[in-house]
Amino acid sequence: MIERINTLRETLDQVLPTVDGVLGLRSGPSGIVAPYLYMKEQLEDLAALAIWPKMPVPDTLKIIQKAHPEVRLAVVCRGCEERGIVEMAKHAQLKWENLTLIGLQCTEEEALFCRCAKPYTSHSKVTVGEPIAGVPDPLTESFAAKSQPEKLAFWKEQFLHCIKCYGCRNICPQCFCNVCALEDETWVETGKLPMPLPPMYHMVRAMHMTAKCVACRECEETCPADIPMAIQFRLIARDVEAMFGYETGASIDQKPPQLLVLEEGEYERTGLPH
Amino acid sequence: MIEYKNVLTTCPYCGTGCALHLQVLDGDLVGVLPAKNHAISQGGLCIKGWNAHAFVKHKDRLRTPLIRKNGVFVEATWDEALTLVAEKLGTVKEESGPDSVGVLTSAKCTNEENYLMSKFTRAVIGTNNIDHCARL
Repeated sequence: MIERINTLRETLDQVLPTVDGVLGLRSGPSGIVAPYLYMKEQLEDLAALAIWPKMPVPDTLKIIQKAHPEVRLAVVCRGCEERGIVEMAKHAQLKWENLTLIGLQCTEEEALFCRCAKPYTSHSKVTVGEPIAGVPDPLTESFAAKSQPEKLAFWKEQFLHCIKCYGCRNICPQCFCNVCALEDETWVETGKLPMPLPPMYHMVRAMHMTAKCVACRECEETCPADIPMAIQFRLIARDVEAMFGYETGASIDQKPPQLLVLEEGEYERTGLPH
Repeated sequence: MIEYKNVLTTCPYCGTGCALHLQVLDGDLVGVLPAKNHAISQGGLCIKGWNAHAFVKHKDRLRTPLIRKNGVFVEATWDEALTLVAEKLGTVKEESGPDSVGVLTSAKCTNEENYLMSKFTRAVIGTNNIDHCARL
């Protein structure tokens, strides 16, 4: 861990003069980690560079790029974050050509924590750390082996715990619609407790994550009710791969299935928010 | 020049003490990020915490005290407002006794503010009628 962070620091030191800024993580007050924009004018900030716990960096990148579209940033990204950036670029949320990716390879310990099949980057030209192979996802596999009634019972039980904080939607870098279907009055009845229909909330989100989820597990990590919702996204991702031959984050040129039915130029004319 | 900052703070809504980052871009408050390695909230927030930035510049937020004059709220200075409250509390205490006053404090306040309210209620007003929204 120490070796990797030192290598990353040296890398950032070299990259910083060539870009307008580097988005990474920083250890703040009491060691609490948050995304941080490193600037070449303040190289000393790199002393507090951090790499864990990971944060939804692609989302922060989007916030900065939306306000400063021309800025040339480098971003420290893990495999999942890199996949997220690729998908967001395809959905016109990020300017791919203005980005320099610095790929941070995850350790086995980190991969096990995330039950990650792809704990490595594949687009970043500059990388830090040794790439390792993916690890199994026992939670998803044991769920997949259940019968249909058992699956239904599993989710019914899990969704009972949902407090509808909307944290999974808020933290998800792939949730970027201007008008969110989940803010419709049907799902948010003002002044009513308990909030209506947590299972439907999760079903709507599962559908909307189809061919978008990059398996970063930020949703699970922020869930105060510990709902293992990545299971559903990962199983849907398998279907998407089987049905459309589409793997999120794998290629910057392959169009996502959602965009396939429209010809070039038609998509913009629809005025759809994403 | 871009300025992006995450300002670590404590959620203002209840007494749990969840940590959150206020995302500040070019001097504007743009969002909230949870704090994953914080001992209390461990990266989680409730729907209020996730929206803790929303009220700061909300158009409905009061920017000055309001005093009701002839049935209509009129903007006032803090001096006017506090003088009025002090006068009214003094009158009630004098005419009906200290126990006719009750004080409700808030989980939104800091420990120090709640301590001060307790002192104010007991030592200045002279009653034990003080409680906290977490017990309501």
